[in-house]
Amino acid sequence: MSGGIDPTAHLRNRHRWRPVEALPWLTAIAAFAFLSDYSALGTQIIIMIIFALSVDLILGYAGIVTLGHAAYFGAGAYATGMLSAHLGWNEPISALLMGGIAGGLLGYVSGQVLLRYHGLTLLMLTLAFAILLQEAANTAAPITGGFDGLQGIAFDPILGIFENDLWGYNYYWYSLAVLALMFLVARRIAYSPFGRSLVGVRENVRRMNAIGSPVFSRLVAIYTISAAMAGIAGGLFAQSNAFVTLDVLSFARSGTVLIVLVLGGTGRLYGAFIGGAVYMILEDELSRMSPEFWEIGVGLVLVAVVLFFRGGLLGAVDIAVRRLRGKGAS
Amino acid sequence: MSVALELGGLEKHFGALHVTRSVSLTLEAGARHALIGPNGAGKTTLVNLVTGALKPDAGRVVLGGRDITGLSQAERVQAGIARTFQINQLFRGLSALENVVLALAERDNDARNWWRPAGLNSALLDEGMAILKSLGIVGDAEKTIAGLPYGRQRLVEIAITLALKPKVLLLDEPAAGVPSVESDVILDVIAALPSDIAVLIIEHDMDVVFRFAKEITVLVDGGVLTSGPPEEIAVNPEVKAVYLGEESHG
Repeated sequence: MSGGIDPTAHLRNRHRWRPVEALPWLTAIAAFAFLSDYSALGTQIIIMIIFALSVDLILGYAGIVTLGHAAYFGAGAYATGMLSAHLGWNEPISALLMGGIAGGLLGYVSGQVLLRYHGLTLLMLTLAFAILLQEAANTAAPITGGFDGLQGIAFDPILGIFENDLWGYNYYWYSLAVLALMFLVARRIAYSPFGRSLVGVRENVRRMNAIGSPVFSRLVAIYTISAAMAGIAGGLFAQSNAFVTLDVLSFARSGTVLIVLVLGGTGRLYGAFIGGAVYMILEDELSRMSPEFWEIGVGLVLVAVVLFFRGGLLGAVDIAVRRLRGKGAS
Repeated sequence: MSVALELGGLEKHFGALHVTRSVSLTLEAGARHALIGPNGAGKTTLVNLVTGALKPDAGRVVLGGRDITGLSQAERVQAGIARTFQINQLFRGLSALENVVLALAERDNDARNWWRPAGLNSALLDEGMAILKSLGIVGDAEKTIAGLPYGRQRLVEIAITLALKPKVLLLDEPAAGVPSVESDVILDVIAALPSDIAVLIIEHDMDVVFRFAKEITVLVDGGVLTSGPPEEIAVNPEVKAVYLGEESHG
């Protein structure tokens, strides 16, 4: 017997903010207060979190597997970068928005083809698509800078006040504000009827068809939103580094974001935060200790997490909390 | 009586295999119609033709006077055709209530909303609870499907289809795979389905068919052998030969 508890309570209250959700933001503020020397790294962590968040929307919620999401990250990075480098469009916020639009447009168009496939086929097609795009960017050297990278990016100060200072202080806050906005959108989507229908698609496509859900257009919609978010992450990357190389479109980047998400935990938004932070800090620390072999260290951590905690690091936190509560109750 | 569903001369080939041969069938509003036939008679193919999972090579599907042959599966559901599956097709990681609520959200076109929290739609949650209650599984509302006994999962299948408020309901072997202790509950639920829904039940179990159906269509080798009330079908020598005869050995 469930006693007097309303069985609908969970569904009714699921979207409400919990106190613990303040934690990432407090951490970000505390990190700046005590570790301001690491602001540049902090900015790159935030960019990774936005990118991972975009992948969580499609992978964690809708169950769309991808090994090519760098395509949209790179599209955003090049779009934002080229606006400044070629057109002198140096207003950062509008240029970042254009990066998002570039990613979203590419996502919408490529999604029309890609999303007709599933599983391994989809995985290979997304991979191939990103590689094709990288090769195209390489060939289009006159506008992308090709192998040498895109030079001449010089954005104005944010809001006309905050310039990209040497220590990366301003861009840290700028990126954090963008992350907050992206997270808010992702969170609204995750708890909306649309977001729940994506979970339905992940759980059982046949049943979704049989309850009259336009599955394909739902998938295209979330893929477009996700690609736009990845484009914004790429745009931030171009702005904070004032430089774009072909690396933004690389297979390694597509793979890394998946590792980040699996490390943190999929389908719950906060996995992107914990995975992004842990991965980037590990990479930073280990590569300083051993510039040649740091990837082995990251690999071992990932293997350990996947072996012991199927829900990633957040899954491990869940287990720990449950144990603690269990003890407290008994 | 108005006609709920009309199938006219449906044809389907899979390569050289002729799996549906000129099938015509009429369901009155509120009908209780059973489709029987030996294995491989093309029953499931016919269901797929009606729901739109397959496109017929020829013939038409008419729902309440509207030709829906060209509509997609999702559009046909919106038009009023719902189905259960021979093997459960549920959202196994979600609660029974959310399984039903997802269907309600699609029916009301609420599922397009990407900004307002789903939990604020009290009306849908209440309706979902009411449907579970009407099937006697309200106690399972919060439980994850994967943890429910198969028979109760079966009831959730039916709950989902009821959420869609269909005009025509296709039940594909609703009692299949359910232990006999639990199958009574399912049969009671089927017997108590709203009388305005036309129900087409595809079933192997003759007890179920004769208990439920007012009209039976016998499908053999993709074509309609005969149609009629249960009393007639039960004594039809042809039917006995191809179908009931086989059963009585088992």
